[in-house]
Amino acid sequence: MNPVSLTRWLLLGEWCSHRLQSVVAVLAIMLGVALGFTIHLINTAAVSEFSAATRSLSGTSDLTVRAVQSTFDESLYPTLMQHEGVAQASPVLEITAGVPAKAKSMHNPVFKILGLDVFRATAVTPDLLGVPAEDRQMDILASDAVFLSPAAMEWLSVKQGDSIEVSAGAKRITLRVAGGLTRAHAGQRIAVMDIGAAQWHFDQLGQLSRIELKLRQGVDRDTFRATLSKELGASYLLTESEDDDERAHNMSRAYRVNLNILALVALFTGAFLIFSSQVLSTIRRRSQLALLRVLGMTRRQILRQLLLESGMLGVLGSLLGLALGYLLAATALYFFGADLGAGFFPGLEPRLHPDPLAALFYFLLGTGVTLSGSLLPAWEAAHAHPAPALKSGSEYTVLAALRAPRLAAACLLTGVIFAGLPPVDDLPVFGYLAIVLLLIGSMAALPYLCELFFSTLSRALNPNRSSVLYTLAITRLSNASGLAAIALGGVLVSFSLMVAMAIMVASFRISVDDWLARVLPADLYLHPTIHQDMRGFIPDEQQIIASQPGIERIDFIRSIPLTFDPARSNITLLARPIDRNDPGLTLPLTEDRLPPGDIPPDAIPIWVSEAMVDLYGFKTGKRVTLPFADPEQTFIVAGIWRDYGRIFGAIQMQLSDYRRLTGDDHASDAALWVKEGAAIDTVISALQALPFGDTLEIMETGRVRAVALKQFDRSFVITYLLELVAIGVGLMGVAASFSAQTLTRIREFGMLRHIGLSRRQIHRMLTLEGGLLAGFGIITGFLAGTAISLILIFVVNPQSFHWTMQLHMPWTWLLLMALAVLGAAALTAFAASRHAASGNVIRAVREDW
Amino acid sequence: MSLTPVLELSNVSKTYSSRQVLSGLSYSFAAGEYVAIMGDSGVGKSTLLNLIAGLDSPDSGEIRIDGKILPVEDEAATNLRRRHLGFIFQAFHILPHLTLLQNVSLPLLLNRLPLDRAPVMLTAVGLQGREQDFPHQLSGGELQRVAIARALVHRPRLILADEPTGNLDQDTAHEVLQLIRTEIKANQASAIIVTHSRLAAETADKILMLSKHGLTPVPLENQT
Repeated sequence: MNPVSLTRWLLLGEWCSHRLQSVVAVLAIMLGVALGFTIHLINTAAVSEFSAATRSLSGTSDLTVRAVQSTFDESLYPTLMQHEGVAQASPVLEITAGVPAKAKSMHNPVFKILGLDVFRATAVTPDLLGVPAEDRQMDILASDAVFLSPAAMEWLSVKQGDSIEVSAGAKRITLRVAGGLTRAHAGQRIAVMDIGAAQWHFDQLGQLSRIELKLRQGVDRDTFRATLSKELGASYLLTESEDDDERAHNMSRAYRVNLNILALVALFTGAFLIFSSQVLSTIRRRSQLALLRVLGMTRRQILRQLLLESGMLGVLGSLLGLALGYLLAATALYFFGADLGAGFFPGLEPRLHPDPLAALFYFLLGTGVTLSGSLLPAWEAAHAHPAPALKSGSEYTVLAALRAPRLAAACLLTGVIFAGLPPVDDLPVFGYLAIVLLLIGSMAALPYLCELFFSTLSRALNPNRSSVLYTLAITRLSNASGLAAIALGGVLVSFSLMVAMAIMVASFRISVDDWLARVLPADLYLHPTIHQDMRGFIPDEQQIIASQPGIERIDFIRSIPLTFDPARSNITLLARPIDRNDPGLTLPLTEDRLPPGDIPPDAIPIWVSEAMVDLYGFKTGKRVTLPFADPEQTFIVAGIWRDYGRIFGAIQMQLSDYRRLTGDDHASDAALWVKEGAAIDTVISALQALPFGDTLEIMETGRVRAVALKQFDRSFVITYLLELVAIGVGLMGVAASFSAQTLTRIREFGMLRHIGLSRRQIHRMLTLEGGLLAGFGIITGFLAGTAISLILIFVVNPQSFHWTMQLHMPWTWLLLMALAVLGAAALTAFAASRHAASGNVIRAVREDW
Repeated sequence: MSLTPVLELSNVSKTYSSRQVLSGLSYSFAAGEYVAIMGDSGVGKSTLLNLIAGLDSPDSGEIRIDGKILPVEDEAATNLRRRHLGFIFQAFHILPHLTLLQNVSLPLLLNRLPLDRAPVMLTAVGLQGREQDFPHQLSGGELQRVAIARALVHRPRLILADEPTGNLDQDTAHEVLQLIRTEIKANQASAIIVTHSRLAAETADKILMLSKHGLTPVPLENQT
């Protein structure tokens, strides 16, 4: 006879008789897997699209030469052309141009224009060559001609022969659409024009962004790269397509890993739910499992049966999770874009690709998590002694196996140690592990803490003066604390997550708000409508702006990107007027700074953001060479400042020093202080009336702060969503625990009904128990959540995003959340009690089943 | 009736938490015999059944079933229990989510035997036509009938019954006891029934009294 039949009977019997618990378990795993898979799919789509698009710009080149700054002098080009080992060199000027016509309908409408030497590009980037009309072949060299990719044509709604107006800083340029490109990467918005014309139109005469190199046959690329790198010095960088891939990968890594961790938290709470429902299920079925052992089922068969039960739920949950994940990823890409609102990959239109390996990984993760959640109760049930287990009343011995104060202490201690360890590969691996250990440790400590708390309450109880229901509730919680701890776990997980996220987000938001107040001291800020603009304001335009009436003071700020490491995103150099004697007036400095008297007179001071310390090892007092000035200069790090705007690093220096060293007198932004008595609106109107007024974005400080905070809140939308799911799963666990517990206690209710308790009294007793449990869960959840928030604030955030913040406790929010959880738990307990006490509980006393 | 012992106890002792429950207990149970064991509460009746079933192991002494020493190792004891023993409990222990037919089929499935005997046994205990019913649709007496069918369905050598009528009223108890006897005899099994009830014990071929002195035969009322 086929033993599969028995397995199937037992499986179906259990699932069918406890459908709700099975469905809740499947839902929990499904949500965890779906969220993790969704985030993975979206990020993979975005990163691979970004890499492919970047690679397509380098064509078949072997090496790319760039400068640390965004552009460099074109005199390097002939030198490289004649270099031994170089077969072909193709100079490229890359411009980010604005489209003023779209400025009203979208934020920062920009696209890339590549200036190419057509004759050189033929060998290196043939796909990027323009295709002129048959009768206008010379258009490829025409100074007003631009060739657009299909995506750019569609975005700009133009065709061959039309004109487009683009902007660079306050300057407008009209170009003629002379044709399309040979082959552009699908969805990529780019344009190509003659390099000379691009340099002239965009005020970049004699400048190049990069030179693509093709090496002679037989030249070893690594050796050549090392030799050329030495020859060119620190101002230049040599990159390959792999570097671009790594750069794209690193760009969103911290954000992606954080989202993945949040998704895994949902899976973790799902695993806990499986654990608690399995424990309660094995308690409820203790004598049934013992009977099977008596009838001849081996321990291994019992263990296999129980693991199969939860494993099948895990398989089903994981499969549904993969399907839901794919659906969610497609929907999120459609509505939020590739970066889930974080702004890492603007202008990309990534498509989802089936990823069988990732699907397998998340499937195994979901199933594995389910199995690990059920392993301990299944093991205990399989190894329980069948003779005593057949007798009723032995159910609670299963909980003895779950009392693990040593495990709790070990987890908590290891968590504390982990919280102090440095990041691994720029990721707060130990920080995350510390959080997991803290949660596991707290839950392992629960039975012990629960017993301690309720037995203390029980001892303080005066049965003569307390109500019988209160006495019954407290006595039970005190004497069956192991079982109570199972339900408590769900409250602890949910509430600690709520508390941790609330404290972290509140601390972050208040810190950002304070920071904005420090970095935005002026009344007005203005910059060209289009961001990422190299040209900005030329000196004449700066003069015109400064001479407007009503302005008391104006600070021009130059902001340029610098590439320190080709595998990382650019850092930002900000040059502005800074009071050398009191830099704190302009910069949100941390305590880590040099007293002004300690800055040597021969050194140029710079102030670096916290990310520069973590990523590039900058330290206060350290002398560094920044390769953007010619000849190279030595700077001294005079202080560290907090920057919530640029996670990849930023350096600030005196504008006068910058201009003296580079000769670059353009400005990217301006900060304006309005004279006392002058109306801000009048100043704004005057600025808007300038000849280039329509290219200016003028914002009052209050609006800048409001926009920044709105952006802050938007970047947390996905985080809130993931957190909500995790909390929802946790509360489902509470509901499942309460309802399963009432089922296991059916005989107890029967007895209470026999001795005279009414149904209503049983409801009240259970609601009271639920409320007391939830109250204790809230206290422990608050402690665990606060500890987690400290790890998030002081370990995870600094290690992930390289910024620190101050701790702020949102007491009102915490109180409201505590009341919400308390209410939800009491309500769940009440609902479960109605269900449990509605059946024929009296009969349950007479029979085992 | 064959006189070859189906079960032999030799100097069996068992202690729980420094309390000696059984001490040097020896006895031979002949094959085909239906024996009732009586005794005061706490004298070790259930302990003795657990030891015979291999659910617990003696501190000293030997237990032989069909001449073979009862293995101490769990896997081997489980195999022996599955093939050669049948159980009837006071609390019935019928799985609530399985039908009556499925419940009775359990030992057949575990022993990989054909399932044809399950409906036959249900008919034998008077539950024909109720194969697809669930346990919650049955009375206590009917549940114990299912338990009897399940205990005998795989033709075990020895049936162990622990207070099989403890949860039943007197009339039902009498009916069930008669059924146990009839079915045990019909299936040529041996049986040991542990009970407090003299009435239940009287249905056996032999009554033994368990005390700290060991197992002592007690004359049956109809023999006195």
